[in-house]
Amino acid sequence: MNMIEVQGLTKKFGDFTAVDGLTFQVAEGEVFGLLGPNGAGKTTTVRMLCCLISRTAGDAHIAGYDLANPADSLKIRKLIGLVPDNIGLYEELSAYENLDYYGKLYECTPDERKTRIEYFLKMMELWEKRDLPISDFSKGMKQKVGIARALIHDPRLLFFDEPTANLDPESARSIREFILQLKKEGKTIFFNTHNLDEAQRVCDRIGILKTRLLAVNTPQQLEKNVWGSRTVIQVEEVSEPVLEAVRRLDPVSLSVEENKINIGINDPTRQNPDFVQAIVAAGGRIQYVTQLNPGLEETYLKIIQ
Amino acid sequence: MRLSKAWTVASKDFKTFTKKKGILYSSLYFELVVSIGLPFLVLYISGKPNAVAALPQLLNAFSFLFVIGAALLPVSIASYSLVGEKVQKSLEPLLATPTTDEEILAGKSIAAFLPAICSSFIGALVFTILIDLFTYSPLKYLYFPNWDFAIILFLLAPLVCILAVGFNVLVSSRVNDVRTAQQIGYLIILPFGAVYFLTELKVLTQTTNNLLIMAAVVAVIDGIVFYLVRATFQREEILTKWK
Repeated sequence: MNMIEVQGLTKKFGDFTAVDGLTFQVAEGEVFGLLGPNGAGKTTTVRMLCCLISRTAGDAHIAGYDLANPADSLKIRKLIGLVPDNIGLYEELSAYENLDYYGKLYECTPDERKTRIEYFLKMMELWEKRDLPISDFSKGMKQKVGIARALIHDPRLLFFDEPTANLDPESARSIREFILQLKKEGKTIFFNTHNLDEAQRVCDRIGILKTRLLAVNTPQQLEKNVWGSRTVIQVEEVSEPVLEAVRRLDPVSLSVEENKINIGINDPTRQNPDFVQAIVAAGGRIQYVTQLNPGLEETYLKIIQ
Repeated sequence: MRLSKAWTVASKDFKTFTKKKGILYSSLYFELVVSIGLPFLVLYISGKPNAVAALPQLLNAFSFLFVIGAALLPVSIASYSLVGEKVQKSLEPLLATPTTDEEILAGKSIAAFLPAICSSFIGALVFTILIDLFTYSPLKYLYFPNWDFAIILFLLAPLVCILAVGFNVLVSSRVNDVRTAQQIGYLIILPFGAVYFLTELKVLTQTTNNLLIMAAVVAVIDGIVFYLVRATFQREEILTKWK
């Protein structure tokens, strides 16, 4: 079952188009990352999906509920949790009071609130600080409380908008680990980020957004779609007969850099042995054979450009 | 609209005010001066020769200060309640909860209205007791309760208080810090201050009929302000235009 289904979703602010014709699906239990530069429309997309702002055109369904139907709006908000980019906790209140307040707004019973607040604060190692005002917390600690707030009603779908932005590496790592744990628990997660490394580690699929959705796929498949598969064969010496032997096998692309032969290949598993055999037969002495991975960053930049 | 949700929002604000006592204290100074300071001033004046004849007019004028108080008291609370949310950027997660715009607005309004009107009533109670205590001997009758004061306290003051809350919601949507919201919000006192001085200058007279007319005018303005507030307090408006 798809938790999110979006078809031609568009948002305009006056003459400015923030999001144009988005179409994608997110399956239940999937972690979907939306990558894009600042101003690409990531936050606007999340706000539309969380029923915070209206759409200008297109359709969207969350767990079968229609975003366009005002009667479904409260039902949608009940089953989602949002961790916004500005975490927005009440600085004068304690961590416990902040979570209790949101527990009430999400209509949790007093017992549920008590149990879940204790569970999350202990899990995030903040239980001892539960009565301290939020103003005394570090940014990483506030981010953890913000995540606990989004989880207080045990939502099926979570939206994270830049959850590790401006955090130190240690805090960012603990947030990522927590998100991975939520993934194991089967939560559906929609993840906005421009941290490519984080997206690669956490997300099952990635969408690249720059007002329009430019590409959607798994990180590996995105790379493959952009670059194809490339094999690098390092030989002792690149001679003309060796190159001629490679050319005869009709590679997608071929380039040479010092003693490395860079070959574009459609099906490396099947074709690599042929290339190796041809090079050896032409008198080439092979030192290494490696698969070239440009990485998500290169892929992202290529798509965005 | 679920009142329990509105009450949850209001309760959170009450809790915040108990931790930021400055917000409450700043509202109470005026009330203390009017309800305790003025009766002692009356006590001092009533001891003067020929003062008895002027006492009813003076007490009438002082009664109207509870209208000004009703406009003044909610300003700091309402400003903090909404602009505080803006400053702490807590409106987005709040709006993402299954709470309607009306419930949030009602909660914020209750949070500003209730302490203001309660302190007005408590202040008025202290004021009437002290005034009756200090003036019974020179006047030979109990000045309070009377109809004019009842209209001021139970009709005009709540309507003015609602107006002040609504005006502050409108102001809060346009400013980014609590102090500016308060400074602009205090402008709501001006028309009532003007009525007070015009009465003192005998341009206007404070009669029961005039008080009822004034209440009707304020009620109409309340309706207009409520309409504007409803148009302003829309989640999309809040997230995209409340800067």
